[in-house]
Amino acid sequence: MTGFLTAGIIRTALEFGLIYSLVTLALFISFSVLNICDLSTDGCYTLGCAVGAIVTIAGHPVLGLLAAMAAGVCSGFVTAFLQTKLGVQSILAGIIVNTGLYTINLAVMGFSANLSIFGTPTVFSLFRDLFPGDWWKAWSNLILLLLLVLLVCALLNWFLQTRLGLSIRATGDSPAMVRASSINPVFTTIVGLCVANALTALAGSLVGQYNKQSDINLGTGMVTVALASLIIGESMTGHRSVKWRILGAVAGSCLYRFIVSVALRLNVPTEAFKLVSAVIVAFAIAAPQAKKAFALQRRKRAMIAARTKGGAQ
Amino acid sequence: MMLRIEGLYKTFNEGTVNEKKALENVSLEMEAGDFATIVGSNGAGKSTLFNAICGSFIPDAGSIELDGEDITFVPEHTRSRSIGRLFQDPLMGTAPHMTIEENLSIAYLRASRSRHSYFSRITAKEKELFREQLSLLCMGLEDRMDSPVGLLSGGQRQALTLLMATMVTPKLLLLDEHTAALDPATAEKVLDLTKNIVSARSITCLMITHNMNQALTLGKRTLMMDGGHIVLDVSGEERRGMTVETLLERFAAGAGEKFDNDRVLLSSRTEK
Repeated sequence: MTGFLTAGIIRTALEFGLIYSLVTLALFISFSVLNICDLSTDGCYTLGCAVGAIVTIAGHPVLGLLAAMAAGVCSGFVTAFLQTKLGVQSILAGIIVNTGLYTINLAVMGFSANLSIFGTPTVFSLFRDLFPGDWWKAWSNLILLLLLVLLVCALLNWFLQTRLGLSIRATGDSPAMVRASSINPVFTTIVGLCVANALTALAGSLVGQYNKQSDINLGTGMVTVALASLIIGESMTGHRSVKWRILGAVAGSCLYRFIVSVALRLNVPTEAFKLVSAVIVAFAIAAPQAKKAFALQRRKRAMIAARTKGGAQ
Repeated sequence: MMLRIEGLYKTFNEGTVNEKKALENVSLEMEAGDFATIVGSNGAGKSTLFNAICGSFIPDAGSIELDGEDITFVPEHTRSRSIGRLFQDPLMGTAPHMTIEENLSIAYLRASRSRHSYFSRITAKEKELFREQLSLLCMGLEDRMDSPVGLLSGGQRQALTLLMATMVTPKLLLLDEHTAALDPATAEKVLDLTKNIVSARSITCLMITHNMNQALTLGKRTLMMDGGHIVLDVSGEERRGMTVETLLERFAAGAGEKFDNDRVLLSSRTEK
């Protein structure tokens, strides 16, 4: 086993799992909590990466994360504004914003498809330089990401229990109830999508600083991956309390990365990788249904067996 | 005057073959503490009237005044701070994936808007208040505050919705056949709760029902709607002298046609 999956591979899988878990948490807010299909994820993720990269190159990696989040808030606001105030269907609103973001992302990166941030400090290099030693050098990235994701989880858990958070959850859970109570669904939807897209952009800026580059096509397929992670997570935790569902989203994201790592170790060629991802996603989404079908079959067989036994007497 | 509706008009699908005059020159005044029942066949405009009062749409003409304030153009979510509302579907008034406590705290937002910030959480004192209020329902819900509402029965959910709508005493309570989807025993229980809460706090209340007996015995006033008009408005002596039969006759006279609603006839026979 140690030969098949080395500590390094597990570590990398966990690192990416944690970064992508922020996107999964964003989808948790939009898809699970608000019950909205926000397809602007791909573009917003790249936006975060691009904005983060620009600010990092200017020499402010920490500020880069915050600037990316601010950009994400703006993107989320536009998506939310389109669907609440202008009556654009949520799926369409996401696609429109996603399309528009492509040009904006290019513009942010100075109309080049690629941007390298080699040679400037990133949050990862700053954190790594805090302590000396080989062990720290190897694990500092993971520890930083773990701390960051835990912080985000704690804040999100806290937020969803506040009055505003409860109102956002009610908006997705029972539109009729929201109409009958004093909640303004337009406001809660906008706030929810702003928070979600801030997390997506944060993930983008982290990946940019981690890879030391920004690419215009970075976000392609992100929404599918995050959705798969979310569904893996939800099938693990079920509909329990918010705290568990948040942790489930993070765990789902890490698990997805592990599955990808295993596929990579099995020497799946890179050209086939999109297909492999799609298959993993399809399996993850179909798994709960398949589990149910198997259970039903088993019960049917048991009932038939019991009936024939009863008839023989 | 708690509620004053003047010359309300609403036409749906205007100018098409599906044109429907849902409200035509509807005027209604209710004193504070008034409890009126509304009967009328399907499509008479009862629910449309409720939707107009709640602000689901802005009427074509007319005005709505609540407690002296013109609310004709006030958005729905602002109105719902002072208007409580129950739907026929017991699942509509609550959020199934949120706990009883969380649902109640959302209902409590109406009162506490000025006192609490967006980022405050449910306090221990509020939990105590919720527990106290829940115990009044006599359904044991006070011991299940952390359960998701989706696990409750329809009757329990409707009772909870009633509690949520009245926790902060509303200026107006609108009940849209709120017991129609419940079994007879549960319906009676929810109705008893309604009567107790409404009379104890003298809430101004409008209740749509298809049960003629309820229409005459509950509250102080009976309204009948047909084709977007209020065709009958009785209270006091006149109402006390009415029976289900005379009410049906009055309806036929007022509307100029037979009141052919199976549910009405059925309930007038069985509920006596």
